[in-house]
Amino acid sequence: MANSAVDKALDNLESAAEAVRQAVTDMPAVADAAGAAAHGASGGAIDPFIFRFAIFVLAIFVGYYVVWSVTPALHTPLMAVTNAISSVIVVGALLAVGISASGLATGFGFIALVLASVNIFGGFLVTQRMLAMYKKKEK
Amino acid sequence: MSESFAAFLYLVSGVLFILALRGLSHPTTSRRGNVYGMVGMGIAILTTLALTTPSAGGIGLIIIGIAAGGGVGAYVARRIPMTAMPQLVAAFHSLVGLAAVLVAAAALYAPTSFGIGEIGDIHAQALIEMSIGVAIGAITFTGSIIAFLKLDGRMSGKPILLPMRHAVNAGIGIAIVVLVAVLVVSESTFVFWLIVILSLLLGVLIIIPIGGADMPVVVSMLNSYSGWAAAGIGFTVGNLALIITGALVGSSGAILSYIMCKGMNRSFISVILGGFGGETAAAGDDDMDRSVKLGSAEDAAFLMQNASKVIIVPGYGMAVAQAQHALRELADLLKENDVEVKYAIHPVAGRMPGHMNVLLAEANVPYDEVFELEDINSEFAQADVAYVIGANDVTNPAARDDPSSPIYGMPILDVDKAKTCLFVKRSLGSGYAGIDNTLFYKDGTMMLLGDAKKMTEDIVKSID
Repeated sequence: MANSAVDKALDNLESAAEAVRQAVTDMPAVADAAGAAAHGASGGAIDPFIFRFAIFVLAIFVGYYVVWSVTPALHTPLMAVTNAISSVIVVGALLAVGISASGLATGFGFIALVLASVNIFGGFLVTQRMLAMYKKKEK
Repeated sequence: MSESFAAFLYLVSGVLFILALRGLSHPTTSRRGNVYGMVGMGIAILTTLALTTPSAGGIGLIIIGIAAGGGVGAYVARRIPMTAMPQLVAAFHSLVGLAAVLVAAAALYAPTSFGIGEIGDIHAQALIEMSIGVAIGAITFTGSIIAFLKLDGRMSGKPILLPMRHAVNAGIGIAIVVLVAVLVVSESTFVFWLIVILSLLLGVLIIIPIGGADMPVVVSMLNSYSGWAAAGIGFTVGNLALIITGALVGSSGAILSYIMCKGMNRSFISVILGGFGGETAAAGDDDMDRSVKLGSAEDAAFLMQNASKVIIVPGYGMAVAQAQHALRELADLLKENDVEVKYAIHPVAGRMPGHMNVLLAEANVPYDEVFELEDINSEFAQADVAYVIGANDVTNPAARDDPSSPIYGMPILDVDKAKTCLFVKRSLGSGYAGIDNTLFYKDGTMMLLGDAKKMTEDIVKSID
């Protein structure tokens, strides 16, 4: 009884190994098929929200490691530059102003555009001004 | 331009933003990083314009908007004094928060422009994402305004403690969550604005009980909030650049808050619950020798000239007195006299992370003479003079030795281990945390009473 089970497992292993060998030789075809399957799946079953959320979660991790490597001496410029880049919210404002579907929406979008522009220019320029001050010892 | 190509370009700008932060790991790479950030922003804006192909009137509005906002931003960025940086950053946070609220409002009134459905039939998911963005955005907006007013000295730094404030805040928080659910079902604009108003109120209530000394945490926390608000809007609009940026900024602010809390040995929760920074310390121990040794600028000049190593410890008082330039002059003079000069920065010195470093950089102090607490703390024992200018609580030995002290456990700069500690201070009062500094009464401490800038200038004159 036990013997036959082991035999069966070995058989399975062998066929699995064979499948892997096959898969390696047929790599491009398999990759294509996998791509198509993934595409089918994403087009059909998986909400695009999941992909956005995945990117969001991964970006949090990237942010975590990148920010820990920022030298403490540059923490003020870090805050100024994160401020500037979070103004990429301007894309939302541009959508509202550019495709004027309702007067109110355009108005809100326009104010948001002005505010975000203050931040974009102000944030990047003040960061640049600060960073220009950090100098090494003159020898 | 196809949607897919646009999504790809947004991804590129997201990656450029990551590189912008990455560049800040060292001063030499930081300037290039900032350029990456600007390019990323340019790509995001141009991609959006190419994707939407706005009407001629729309283009006109966009140009006017960017020119007006950009002009103000550029003007402020050029003119703002470096000492006002914390206020400026708080003000910028409030703008991001308000922009997030307005973009969400625009999406609610014109959902077709954002591809999230029709009026009366906006996708439930988009409504949830939108309301998260709008709630956090509104909290960021008013919270940052309060932080700005406190940092700018237009409002007292003392915590304002309302009765039952925790219950009230929790109640408002729950009300917001319930209203979000109602909004998803009803899609009523009235409910939307109710959420905005309650969130604005919550922003004020969260920040007013937090005292001046905790401002570095608050500024970092609002930085984090502005990121999460942006991410919420990013999900609504389905924009990769916005989602990535929101995540980056959110985690960046959270890490800075964590570093600041650790620098004060306080838990994030206790900072948020507020009330610190105004309490009066209990009466000092009577068994201690309360005599203070006072010195003059000439004494200080003599001590420093004959020292072989001087460590300068700047704090918020240096920023207030604008003493950084005089300080650099003093350091230059000492170096001419073959004295080794270093600067020691406590993580929570000043009113925002890295505040002191920027001010010293402004005064042309090379960044390789400026050290963080853990890198320099062991060197105080070999230093002849520790020159404490405008710092107080971060040098208080009670944090190390006295378990009954409210700041016990906070990492401090061991200035008392230097042969002599010169302590510049306006008067013998306590610091922002309201705690008596036992350093004043130690044998090796000489108090230099006076304005930080004037005292430093007088020492420079005495050395000449």
